[in-house]
Amino acid sequence: MNEKLYLEDEENLGTQTEENYEQVYCRPNTLTDVPFHYCPGCGHSVVHKVLMEVVEEIGIQEEIIGVAPVGCSVFAYHYMNIDMQEAAHGRASAVATGIKRVLPEKYVFSYQGDGDLAAIGTAETIHTVNRGENILMVFINNGIYGMTGGQMAPTTLPGMVTSTSPYGRDVSMVGNPIKIADLLCLLPGAYYVTRQAVHNPNAVRKLKKAFMKAFEYQKQKKGTCFIEVVSNCPSGWKMTPVETIKYLEEKMFPAYPLGDLKVPKN
Amino acid sequence: MENKTNKNGDARLMKGNEALAEAALRANIDAYFGYPITPQSEVIEYLTREVPNRKEIKTVVLQAESEVASINMVYGAAGAGARVMTSSSSPGISLMQEGISYIASAQLPCLIVNVVRGGPGLGTIQPSQGDYFQATKGGGHGDYHLIVLAPASVQEMADFVFDAFKLAEKYRNPAMILADGALGQMMEKVILPEAGSLPKAPAPWATTGKPKDRDHNIITSLFIQPEEMEKVNLRLQEKYEAIQSEVRYEEIKTDDAEILLVAFGLSSRICQKTVDLAREKGIKVGLLRPITVYPYPYARLKELANQVEFMLTVEMNAGQMVEDVRLAVEGKVPVYFIGRMGGMILSPEDILHKVESVKEK
Repeated sequence: MNEKLYLEDEENLGTQTEENYEQVYCRPNTLTDVPFHYCPGCGHSVVHKVLMEVVEEIGIQEEIIGVAPVGCSVFAYHYMNIDMQEAAHGRASAVATGIKRVLPEKYVFSYQGDGDLAAIGTAETIHTVNRGENILMVFINNGIYGMTGGQMAPTTLPGMVTSTSPYGRDVSMVGNPIKIADLLCLLPGAYYVTRQAVHNPNAVRKLKKAFMKAFEYQKQKKGTCFIEVVSNCPSGWKMTPVETIKYLEEKMFPAYPLGDLKVPKN
Repeated sequence: MENKTNKNGDARLMKGNEALAEAALRANIDAYFGYPITPQSEVIEYLTREVPNRKEIKTVVLQAESEVASINMVYGAAGAGARVMTSSSSPGISLMQEGISYIASAQLPCLIVNVVRGGPGLGTIQPSQGDYFQATKGGGHGDYHLIVLAPASVQEMADFVFDAFKLAEKYRNPAMILADGALGQMMEKVILPEAGSLPKAPAPWATTGKPKDRDHNIITSLFIQPEEMEKVNLRLQEKYEAIQSEVRYEEIKTDDAEILLVAFGLSSRICQKTVDLAREKGIKVGLLRPITVYPYPYARLKELANQVEFMLTVEMNAGQMVEDVRLAVEGKVPVYFIGRMGGMILSPEDILHKVESVKEK
């Protein structure tokens, strides 16, 4: 099929003009030309793209500053064509606080994984939300430390095998997975808390809407918006991308149910 | 470097910590992030008390959940182009070290104030100079230096805020004021710097939102390719070389000195008295006080090694700066040390006694 189209195009080469085509999709200008380094099937690429699509669509590229974490998305600033800062492990929301407090009229977001946000950065996470910092916190939960080679995360499911829980997560030894988004809902500073995914097109559309809402709330200075994305890690989980989607649906989503956890009261 | 003081004579009697905080407001800081710890909590107390009452001041003052959060807020605000500072005391500064290393690597200007207390560990709240190594040799991981100013009076607690920001912004490097619990707590007359007299260097590198006509600005300390990381290091080392020209020190009665005391901060105040006591007894003692402890006045000490019989380094620690003095004199003269630890302070007589006992040897 693709080959045929290609041949047809080639026959018409030189006579075609741009007017003959209707552009239905292109890479957003808010992404750079740098190819993603993420593993095939990894959710990070999709989240990056959706986030940057929203930034482009609502026209805030010139008014937004992002904060990258330590973890697989440590190089997010190579891909997102916006001003960005790289934070120390766990401290993205403190860095974002520093930026937002001196540039209160700009949009600010932090982007962190589960080890970063829910283990080493727990104090910063809770206190940033408790202050109701007027920022968006993006939280990618794939239940594993991807970058360092697949170690157990605070969100690793009971019994899940990782390189530091080789016989499965033993909750009697290391405790249960932490549902940080649920915890944060208890804080008055949390204005909008939602748990989304990127495993199918419908989920991606919902995530995009959540990002749209979060930036609107930030514009209205409503407080902290927290968007968790329950995602996958084909390399860390030692699965094919297709298998990870099955695992997400059968194991991760029951533990981390998708949907809004806290929405504004009207 | 001259200190901009108000010629109209805005003199007050103030605590060191409060003079420093007032100077920070007069330096038009955009933000202060900090966490309470004795003996410097007056800094954040003063700022949280003053700022809401002074409409002309727009400074953000935020009490963070920890020193770790404070220093990372400083990183974020500095990266966004703000004039920003934090203050703490020894254990809190230890907690900040990771963040300070990131700030140094990302080349962000800011001010970190350490009102040193006795350690190690939780230690004591009494004054100490036990953080000299940490302050002057880097402190956190990797090859880096802070620009470190060591005040010896409440006046300098205020003046050095301006000097530190001037240097930090000139070199895009974190600066530290290395004080101690006594300087923070004691009251002296201070002539405060004139408000708004410190111009701010432009920060085209800052993350303020990417306009269409420039590339996106990135604040980072991550350079994963070793070739690139080495280049970053070489640039830093070049900068530290340039910073050597900013060395400052004070000499007291060194012209005819046969014995040289070397001391910084509070110890240097005590040594001034020792100089007088010694000269009353006919012993020609002088004093060199490093004002910047990074960069360090190695060259001047090396010169003085040709003149004096010996040097005596006086510190409120187990002997830290004495290593720099020995490096400076390259074995030309003996370098002795006297110090007390754990929050104890030497008397001028203790030092004189040490001078006499070494001289008799």
